[in-house]
Amino acid sequence: MSLQAWTYIMVGVTFVLYLGIAWAARVRDTKGFYVAGGGVPPLANGMATAADWMSAASFISMAGMISFMGYAGCMYLMGWTGGYVLLALLLAPYLRKFGKFTVPDFVGDRYYSQAARIVALVCAIFVSLTYVAGQMRGVGIVFSRFLEVDVNTGVYIGMAIVFLYAAIGGMKGITWTQVAQYCVLIMAFLIPIITISFQLTGVPVPQIGFGSTLISGPDSGKYLLETLNQIGTDLGFAQYTSAFSGPGAKPMLDVFAITMCLMVGTAGLPHVIIRFYTVPSVRAARLSAFYAILFIAILYTSAPALGAFARYTLVSALNNAAYAAVPSWFGNWEKTGLLAWVDKNNDGVITYRAGAAFTGKPAFSGETGPHGQRLLTNAPTDNANELYVDNDIMVLATPEITQLPAWVIALVAAGGLAAALSTASGLLLVIASAISHDLYYRVINRNASEKSRLLLGRVMIGVAVLIAGYFGINPPGFVAQVVALAFGLASSSFFPIIVLGIFWKRTTREGAIGGMVTGIGFTMLYIVQTKFLGVAPWFFGISPEGIGTVGMVVNFAVTILVSLVTAAPPAAVQDMVESVRIPRGAGAAVDH
Amino acid sequence: MERSMQRYWKTNKTYMILLLSLWGLVSHGFGIFFVEPLNAVWLGGFPLGFWFAQQGSIYVFVLIILAYFLLMDRLDKRFDVHE
Repeated sequence: MSLQAWTYIMVGVTFVLYLGIAWAARVRDTKGFYVAGGGVPPLANGMATAADWMSAASFISMAGMISFMGYAGCMYLMGWTGGYVLLALLLAPYLRKFGKFTVPDFVGDRYYSQAARIVALVCAIFVSLTYVAGQMRGVGIVFSRFLEVDVNTGVYIGMAIVFLYAAIGGMKGITWTQVAQYCVLIMAFLIPIITISFQLTGVPVPQIGFGSTLISGPDSGKYLLETLNQIGTDLGFAQYTSAFSGPGAKPMLDVFAITMCLMVGTAGLPHVIIRFYTVPSVRAARLSAFYAILFIAILYTSAPALGAFARYTLVSALNNAAYAAVPSWFGNWEKTGLLAWVDKNNDGVITYRAGAAFTGKPAFSGETGPHGQRLLTNAPTDNANELYVDNDIMVLATPEITQLPAWVIALVAAGGLAAALSTASGLLLVIASAISHDLYYRVINRNASEKSRLLLGRVMIGVAVLIAGYFGINPPGFVAQVVALAFGLASSSFFPIIVLGIFWKRTTREGAIGGMVTGIGFTMLYIVQTKFLGVAPWFFGISPEGIGTVGMVVNFAVTILVSLVTAAPPAAVQDMVESVRIPRGAGAAVDH
Repeated sequence: MERSMQRYWKTNKTYMILLLSLWGLVSHGFGIFFVEPLNAVWLGGFPLGFWFAQQGSIYVFVLIILAYFLLMDRLDKRFDVHE
């Protein structure tokens, strides 16, 4: 059977599965809609959290980025997993005991202030919208590569599917769909990696194969990482495992700031925090944090292995290879613009070196050169490198490069879609609940009936899907850049005031609002200056991706100072803080 | 807060501080600040600092969260605040 047929089958079967699950788990009350009735078992919640968290970027782009960055890829690996330690120890159990539905709920009640609730609400919407736009684009890209439809058509199909299952099933439907999506995406990720690990090193466990010796080729018998360091030295790249030296390496302070910002941002992202409201007890919240990190770690410890395998395979397959003799996958990926070759010295042989081969993204002229290659209109640079490789190619093309059967390639397509759809649905629910629950019910109309709140929740999902789809189809040039903003905002807004709200009874309303506003203000100012206005990073050279760490410190400092000079919180609030520290009674706490 | 609950909260904070110190040590410590000296040591095919940065710290994160769950489960039962 052809690849095309296999892809339609895999994608079709998984979509029917997701819709079936959403229908079986459809909800009729707001508690089911927002927090899945608060009764999700920890194991299922762990899987759902992992699927919710691992986005199209984790699935498709991360291994590729690590492959090109070498050591510095650790920023993403430690950043996007280490945040769960903060979540599990500092936030999840207490937020679960507090109960309620959303993060603005906690902020508004703990800080006895509608103003604080509204600041939190705006942050939650902004962070989630930024994210969801990227997910919709990811859905479109996977569709266009594997089903050979237009990117926009792909986005429309994705919008329809997400809308259907999020609006029918609410959080309950989303949770059980995400459990299925986790299974699909992890299988799709692991099968190719295990195979390639076995082919290269003879060890089927990628986490071990990564540090083993190669079993064939000119470097047979040498350690893979040693070989990669050698390749780096030979071709003018930084050594794969070296930390802060070599071309393009980031300074230690910056690596630290970015890693910290991603950790704290992870712990402050509303769609992750909200998942800990869906379990029955405090004990279940702690246990589901463990399952979540376990399921995430399976992907996050194999991704760097794939990165290293892919780097080795790519260099050995392409460097110094005659273009006329490269395998057919090269041509397939040239078509998508993720791979391109410019024959600078007219020898018909691919030369791969450090540096960009030409300026900008590949733009093909439509003509072919003497060796059958697609000609480019881009201006070539004056270094020796002739090869353009996009990060995103690594995961999607690996099964083809290693000649795996068509059904595996189709499964990878289904896995990429599962990753993008699961994250998109979690984010849409945060946006819908921020508007329908936090804004409409808690601020505008406290007397709204259960039925009208549920309807409004569903309508808001529809609105959020349309906005996300709009950005997916007309991606603003700054989407990739605002991801830094999402993490920066999450780490400089929610995290400090939630932690202080639980661990320091004396934190006041004035302190929290002051902290959020200054933390976000500083972070936003710095990112806008460095990303959009062309100002050089002025704070110890920290890049905009890491500045949220400084914003977090600003928030902590301002919150503490202002709290000390303002009147202590009311006794009822202090009692509430004491009660969230004691696990007993969480089952009843969801009562409104 | 009752005396016993104060003791419960204090023990919880102790566990938390110890585990968070371990979290910082393996990730920011071994993976970033001391990565270069550690890279001089090879663990099989891995330079040690690189291993902590790309693999080891993640395994330790999983164990930290498991340890916290088990410790707190015991503590909840000892102070009779479990559900």
